[in-house]
Parts: sequence; C-alpha cells; structure tokens
Amino acid sequence: MQLVLEKRAERSTKIAILSPLLAIALTLVTMSVLFAILGKNPATALYVYFIEPLTDSFTLMEIAVKATPLVMIAIGLSLCYLANVWNIGAEGQFIMGAVCGSYLAVVTNGTDAGPWVLPAMLLMGAAGGALWAMIPALCKVRYGANEILTSLMLVYVADLIMDYLVRGPWRDPKGMNFPTTASFDPVATVPALFETGRIHWGALAALIVVALATVMLGRTIKGFEIRVVGAAPRAARFAGFNSKRLVLFTFAVSGALAGLAGIIEVAGPVGVLQPGISPGYGFTAIIVAFLGRLNPVGILIAGLFLALTFIGGEGAQISMKIPLDLTKVFQGILLFYVLACDSLILYRIRLIASPKKASHGIA
Amino acid sequence: MKKLMMTAAAAALAIVATGFSANAAEKLKIGFIYLGPVGDLGWTYMHEVGRQALVKELGDKIETTYLENVSEGPDSERSIEQLARTGHQLIFTTSFGYMDPTLKVAKKYPKIKFEHATGFKRAPNMGTYSGKFYEGRYIQGVIAGKMSKKGVLGYIASFPIPEVISGINATILGAQTVNPDIKLKVIWVNTWFDPGKEADAAKALADQGADVIMQHTDSPAAMQVAAQRGIFAFGQDSDMIKFGPKTQLTSIVNNWGPYYIRAAKAALDGSWKAGDTWDGLKEKMVLMAPYTNMPDDVKALAQKTEAAIVAGTLHPFKCPVLGQDGKAVECKGGANLDPGQILGMNFYVKGVDDKIPGK
Repeated sequence: MQLVLEKRAERSTKIAILSPLLAIALTLVTMSVLFAILGKNPATALYVYFIEPLTDSFTLMEIAVKATPLVMIAIGLSLCYLANVWNIGAEGQFIMGAVCGSYLAVVTNGTDAGPWVLPAMLLMGAAGGALWAMIPALCKVRYGANEILTSLMLVYVADLIMDYLVRGPWRDPKGMNFPTTASFDPVATVPALFETGRIHWGALAALIVVALATVMLGRTIKGFEIRVVGAAPRAARFAGFNSKRLVLFTFAVSGALAGLAGIIEVAGPVGVLQPGISPGYGFTAIIVAFLGRLNPVGILIAGLFLALTFIGGEGAQISMKIPLDLTKVFQGILLFYVLACDSLILYRIRLIASPKKASHGIA
Repeated sequence: MKKLMMTAAAAALAIVATGFSANAAEKLKIGFIYLGPVGDLGWTYMHEVGRQALVKELGDKIETTYLENVSEGPDSERSIEQLARTGHQLIFTTSFGYMDPTLKVAKKYPKIKFEHATGFKRAPNMGTYSGKFYEGRYIQGVIAGKMSKKGVLGYIASFPIPEVISGINATILGAQTVNPDIKLKVIWVNTWFDPGKEADAAKALADQGADVIMQHTDSPAAMQVAAQRGIFAFGQDSDMIKFGPKTQLTSIVNNWGPYYIRAAKAALDGSWKAGDTWDGLKEKMVLMAPYTNMPDDVKALAQKTEAAIVAGTLHPFKCPVLGQDGKAVECKGGANLDPGQILGMNFYVKGVDDKIPGK
C-alpha cells in the first residue's frame, strides 16, 4: 500500500471551491487541539474567536475597519498575480500613498482650507502609490529586473522616507518631538459612517473596488488580457497582447489601490501620519489575495475572515487569557493548509496497492 | 437545515461561554495595554512585573487582563476600547504613543478610570504617571565617567522625545562631575525594541571607541555585545545582570508595582482621582540594580550620589545648566530646572557630541 499524488488531467473545479473550506476546517481542528493542550475549552475558544465578534456592532465595525485596507490592497495584488506579475511591495506603495496624501493635510493644517482637501488627498494618495509601483514596473520592462526583489526592497525605502518626514519637516511642532504629524483637520479626515464606531467611508470605497474588479475581470477585454497573459503568455503574444504594457498597467493599478488604502487609513482611523501606520497590511494582503483565490469576491470574504481572526484573537486575549502568539500561529496554520489543500486541485491522492502501478504518479 | 444546525451549534457555544465568564463578576477588572511582548525583558516586562505584584497584593479583590504587542497605530484605540467595553474599570496604557487613543476612549467612557504612562495629556478620568528616570541616568553618568578608560561613552537612543533627551543630558552631567572632558556619542535607532538594531548600534559605538555602553532601548542585546567586546554596559528597565555578569555596572529598574497597587486601592475604595504622578528614587518608582563590576571607591561614590538624590540635596539639573553652545539655560525652577523644563527637554547640554534629530 502506498499513498501517491497523481496529477489530474484537468483542474478540478469542485476542489477549487472546496479547498479553502477544507483548509479552514483543518485549521479549526488543529486549533482545537492546541487550545486543548493549553488547557482551554476548545468550544469556548472557537466561539470567542469566530462567533462572538459577529454578535456585536462594535466588533463588527472594527472587523470592517481592519478589513478595508486588506481588501483594497489584495484586489490590486490579485490583478498582478493573475497576470503573472509579482508585486510584493504593496506595503511600500501603501506607505507612499499615505505620505503623498498626507502632504496636503500637513500643509493645510490649521488653515481654513475648504472641503476640497480630502478628495485631493485621496487622489494624491492613489497617485503616490501608483508612482512608487512604477519604479519596479519600469525596471522590469526596461531592464528585466526581477520585480519581486525590487518591489520588496522599495518597501524599506518608503518606510525610511516616511520616517524622515515625520521626524523632520512634518513633525508636529507641539508634539514634544514625538515622530508624528499634527492631528489632521476635520476637512482632511475621512468621515465616519455612523455617530458611534470607527467604520468610515473607506469601507464603502473598498466594496466599490471589489465590484469594479469583478466587472473588469469578468466582462472587459482588459480582464481577459490579464488572464490570458498570466495563463498562457505565448498565446497572449499571438493574440497581440503587449505583456510589457500589462506589467505597467497591473503595477499602476495595484500601486494606486495600495496608495489609496494608505491615505484612507491615515486620514481615517489613524488621523495622523506616524511610523507604524501599517501593521504589515501590505504583506498580509498577499495572504488575503491567495486565500480569496485571486477572485474579488473571494478576497472580500478572505479579508473579512482574516480581520475576524485579529479581532477574535484580541477578544480571546481579554476573556480567556489566550496569548497573542496563538493568533499568529493560527494565521500561519491557515496559510499552510490553504497551500497544502491547493495541491489537491491539480493532484489527487490515491492509495495504490503495489508500487509498480504508480509509475505515472509523482510520489 | 444546515443553517439551523449552525445556529444550534452557535447557541450551544454561547451557553458554554456565558458559563465561563459569570463567576468573575464582582472583582474590580483592571486592564493593561503593553507596547512590546511581555518577554522583552525591558519596558513591557517591567510593567508586567508590576502587574504581577498587583495581583499578588490584591489578587482576591481584582482581576487583571493585559493585551501585549499593541502597536501605537490605529490598533491601539480599538484595543483600549475593547478593554473598556469588557468591564475593565481601571485601564493602564503603558506607552507614550497611546496618549491620544487613550484620551479618545477616556472621553467616550467617562466612568472608567484611565492611567497613561509617560504622557502629558489628562482628563477628569485620565491620569498620568511616570518615573524620574533621569535621576538614575545621572548616577550611571557618574559611574561611567569613572569607569571609562578612553573617556568615550556610547549611548543607544530610541526617539528624540524629552524623556530620552533628558536621560542623555543627565548622563553627561553626571559624568562631567568626575571627568570634565568626557565624550558622549549617541546613535539613534528609532525603535524601542529591536534586538538586531540595538546590537548593531552597540557594535558601532564600540568601534568608535566607546568603552561604556548605555541604552534607552529595551532589549538586552547591547549588554551581550558589550560582554563579547569586554567593555562595560548598563542595563535598562530591568536588572540585566544575567546577560552580562562581568559587564553590567548597574541598571535602572522601573518599579511600577507599588504605583499600580496604590492606584488599584484608590479605585477600590473610591478615592481615585486623575493625577499627575512623577516619582523617582525617593519614592522607589526608580530603583538601581546592585552596583557590580566596579572598584569599591566607584561603588561608594555611586551610593553616595544615590543617597544625595534621595535626600534631595543633589539635583541632576542643578542650575546653571549649560546648553550645547556653552550658554546657561534659563532656570525656571529657582535652584534647579523646573519640572516642565525637564519633561519638555528639547536641547542638549554642553559636551554631548550629537545633534538632536530633526532639530
């Protein structure tokens, strides 16, 4: 008897849909075991993680606040990844978006600038992110530089640029030298949706982005082009699609979305530009993009789910004294199972009696 | 059908959950927000030690919760509010960067008591507390001035906020009392906790000739580098002697426990008021770890200095304090700089070989 991974003749659509669910189920089982080892009741722990945050308007809104940047960035990244373009530097584009947009908030701070400030900030944020993404894109199409490395390295450059600005020229004169800008004026702030709670108009913007991406990928030539270039570059060349231009396009769109997410985050929940505006959103969004199967609606669900694990993890820290590290373990396990289950889309597991018959399989 | 089953499952779980939280209802719930991991052996660790002291003292009347690794960005407001919403009546937020988020949540929950460490914004239900760490720095300066053979001290600094700058100034003022020509080199690492960066900074300072290393960052990494190089170092926040048994001269120990106990008792008997607490060696919020790895005369000098600060006969910022340009700084406190000048310190004293970043 032998366990063999056998290549499927074609992708299994059924498994493609089932795989993330299977991954989540396996994660829950593993987590239950971990909770039990820690001496916590697994049922209570899973309730605190996954159900309790959904039973309260405050935590529901906080999930939306947390998911907003993740979904926006992940949508942009999914376009890149579908086209076989590997933008790993969304974190940097997020930061540069925040920086470029914040420029207006800083210079108009304390003046009686009109309501044009916020829209202009959002535009500048998107432009900043897109321009930052253009650097690795141009390096790739012009010089053949590996965009994985260049986009990743530019994250640290962006971080240091922001660092310099908030420690130097943009520092709040009344902030006791703390590295932060002055609090943004109301005209430079993304308004909250309701009287109470922190959910803001950015959450709606994220939903609009999801809708637009769905339409673009499903109903436009551009969406078709992205898929063809990603799946079959040679066929795309015969069809007359210009893959270099597509690199620029996908980088620009994903950079703009990351930049927009950055300025919305800074002008929304944060209210100032300061180091630490992103707890790794640009990187977590990569997980979200793949967890959502590079599909806009899938990404929306994945983003909300990941946000749920953050908020639920915090609740577990408070009510059950479950350490924060377990939330991180949890996210790691989830990604592990997602990738593991994905292999079932292309391969099937078979039990084979004698090794000789397995000559076609990949053991 | 599936939906029905899920609802039933959720309801069953809900029953389990309520059963779990019911028995702890009458105790005063106290929450802590920590910047780093509880195992950083520095700033957060010492707040955790303070929390444990509180539990030990009042464990039958209180229940505590902490959230660790809470970044000072948008997450902190939610974390603080989560504590406020889950029945915590007294909440300690233990880093400067939580100031505005704490204030926001405090305004929203006027009945809950908030205590913010090291900040300057207050509200009727939000007090502040901090230690006069510069007193310990001054003693370290005296020791370092005596112990440095090359006359060069290395200082790993985090952020150019007044607390850090007053620490640098107190150090060199102390060192100048025993060696007027002492030099102090500063490296800004722009982080409170990053063992890699802290170690790199310690190496760079040692390469520049510093033979006593001190830090305003939280990990013991610099101590370990100093031990490898065979030079001296001071611990930070906690006694770090086990990371450098032959290296550590002393360490400033942040002793929050007594304050947490005081505040919790006040909250329990209803006498709590939002205050502005700033305690030092005298009140034992700041302690010095044992003086080690130094000759007896240096040890005696250090003890004498400590005793004089406790007795109030010695003030690290005794006027005249000379600025970097050699001119005396305006002295608003009579004999010494006044508390506001120390808490808002934004200038170097004479002898610091550095420029305040961004100034």
